[in-house]
Amino acid sequence: MSTTRRITYREAVREALREALQRDPRVFLMGEDVGAYGGCFAVSKGLLAEFGEERIRDTPLSEAAFVGAGIGAALAGMRPIVEVMTVNFALLALDQIVNNAALLRHMSGGQLGVPLVIRMATGPGRQLAAQHSHSLEGWLAHIPGLKVAVPATLEDARGMLAAALADPDPVLLFESIRLYPTAGDLAVDAGAVPLEGAAVRRPGRDVSLVTYGGALPRVLEAAGQLAGRGVEAEVLDLRCLRPLDTHAILASVTKTRRAVVIDEGWRSGSLAAEVSARIMENAFYELDAPVARVCSLEVPVPYARHLEEATLPTVERIVAAVEEMGIGHG
Amino acid sequence: MSLDRAHALELLRSMMRIRRLEERAAELYQAEKIRGFLHLYIGQEAVAAGVIAALQPGDPVVATYREHGHALLRGISADAVMAEMFGKAGGCSGGRGGSMHLFCTGARLYGGNAIVGGGLPIAAGLALGDKMQGRADVTAVFFGEGSAAEGTFSESLNLAALWKLPVLFVCENNLYAMGTALSRSQSQTDVCVKARAQGVPAESVDGMDVVAVEEAARRVVARVRGGGGPSFLELHTYRFRAHSMFDPELYRPKAEVEAWRKRDPIVRFVARLRDEGLLDDETLRGIEEGAAAEIEAAVAFAEESPWEDPATLERHLYAEPVTP
Ligand SMILES: Cc1ncc(C[n+]2csc(CCOP(=O)(O)OP(=O)(O)O)c2C)c(N)n1
Repeated sequence: MSTTRRITYREAVREALREALQRDPRVFLMGEDVGAYGGCFAVSKGLLAEFGEERIRDTPLSEAAFVGAGIGAALAGMRPIVEVMTVNFALLALDQIVNNAALLRHMSGGQLGVPLVIRMATGPGRQLAAQHSHSLEGWLAHIPGLKVAVPATLEDARGMLAAALADPDPVLLFESIRLYPTAGDLAVDAGAVPLEGAAVRRPGRDVSLVTYGGALPRVLEAAGQLAGRGVEAEVLDLRCLRPLDTHAILASVTKTRRAVVIDEGWRSGSLAAEVSARIMENAFYELDAPVARVCSLEVPVPYARHLEEATLPTVERIVAAVEEMGIGHG
Repeated sequence: MSLDRAHALELLRSMMRIRRLEERAAELYQAEKIRGFLHLYIGQEAVAAGVIAALQPGDPVVATYREHGHALLRGISADAVMAEMFGKAGGCSGGRGGSMHLFCTGARLYGGNAIVGGGLPIAAGLALGDKMQGRADVTAVFFGEGSAAEGTFSESLNLAALWKLPVLFVCENNLYAMGTALSRSQSQTDVCVKARAQGVPAESVDGMDVVAVEEAARRVVARVRGGGGPSFLELHTYRFRAHSMFDPELYRPKAEVEAWRKRDPIVRFVARLRDEGLLDDETLRGIEEGAAAEIEAAVAFAEESPWEDPATLERHLYAEPVTP
């Protein structure tokens, strides 16, 4: 058995960055306040002192320019890691992400590749109000040509970056704002993990709880509560939203015959809608109940704590959705 | 310039109300009554006080997330500002916006915008709308020097100059965008040069001197109101506190902060007024106590204001249906 150490999600991301910078001289980090300030969410604290200004580059407030520059540097043979503070601000760079990063390989008939990693924080949880709290990763997962990964565990926070850098195509890594301070035990030798493929975080037989990212801890808590009531829920962490691991979703649902999709994005046009449709297309006759969804309320995320909380897929709402399926009563 | 006493005391009162509000907000943040991002304005009070004194009541104002002072001087009550920071129902945005999103259509305050550079095109549009409807209003938009690097900066200035829109661009140059110094992030560190490149006349003023700020603002606002097209004012100022309450402030030397503190706009103005015989101890105490009382009442109001009922969460997403 390998030994473990106590680590936060934030530290796990930082370690992954440090290792990537040590390993490959083509890797550099750039973004707003990643250097002198230490990172908006303190992720890159200390890296400027360690690696210098060439490789930990503070950028101006010019999201379109520095994300586009990341694309150019990747085309030129570098391995840039671009940090966009939060997904809300990434909207200013959406043109570069969608019209250049995602399309260049295809449009050039395979001549160009954009081995770029873009990291950004996502989701509510710190009372930062609407312009800082949205979960728009589902939107970006809509775009062919991008890979969209969402580390929800310490293993993934530590291990996904290396895989993302090894990938020949643009990879977006979404880090949940709420997860940064969470701590747990991680193997001392934890390293790269594959980018693609979903993971069963808790096996079960009665219902599949399909989720990703910042919602995972709540889903696991809900599964714990359900176990106390005799319902064994299987928790499937999607990990990667594009490509989506349909196989793993179907394998779980075929076993449990019921699915609840939990997504911190808004319901309409959400990733949860996509997952639900895939289940319906491929496993309709395996189902004992319609697929249920627990998403964020369709309002901009409000500031006040209790209002913010009320928009979220809470443990109570997840448990209630499972109970409405009538499991354990028959 | 010789100062009119009543007006000078009004400027002092404006700055002191902001200072008091901000100092209390910092304490209330420590006490966990206010959460989320809280960006304090301490040190920059002369900008809001001087510029807003030069505006007419109907002039639209657009501000950033560091906008408590602008909101207060624009006429949102301290009660409504404080309750919003608490996230209470009595806040000007019903607890939905918080510190960064103060709005008041009655006072034509259009944010409270937390996307850097996000308010600049909106200001151009407000001015366009006013102009097209024959109103003589001047839109004032406040933003930091950091936003001069965003695309919206040059795009908005270009549009305003091209269409001769009545916009006053107010750049609060406090030298830092979060932890990034202007000289480390922009090749042209003179933001006036950038403004002029878009055809907008621009000038720099000492933003720690409320009289200088107001004088310049009055002059420029008159020109804009007279149909002269947009203008740009750069105010050299400094925030004495961290960028936000989450900021450990590792990027700027303590000595630099101390040097700027010596130019505190309130302390300097008080000294000047005393020198000119316009201010005595009793008047000063009166203003201080007035500001303190106003803010304490606001804190009490915020404490007592109820929490918004989560059942109303889906309100304010679309217009309420009009009953015939
Ligand atoms: C588009 C966008 N990018 C990044 C941020 C994060 N951010 C918030 S404030 C800030 C610094 C802005 O500096 P400046 O414009 O100089 O204004 P100041 O805070 O100094 O008043 C940054 C980078 C943001 N809010 N919006």
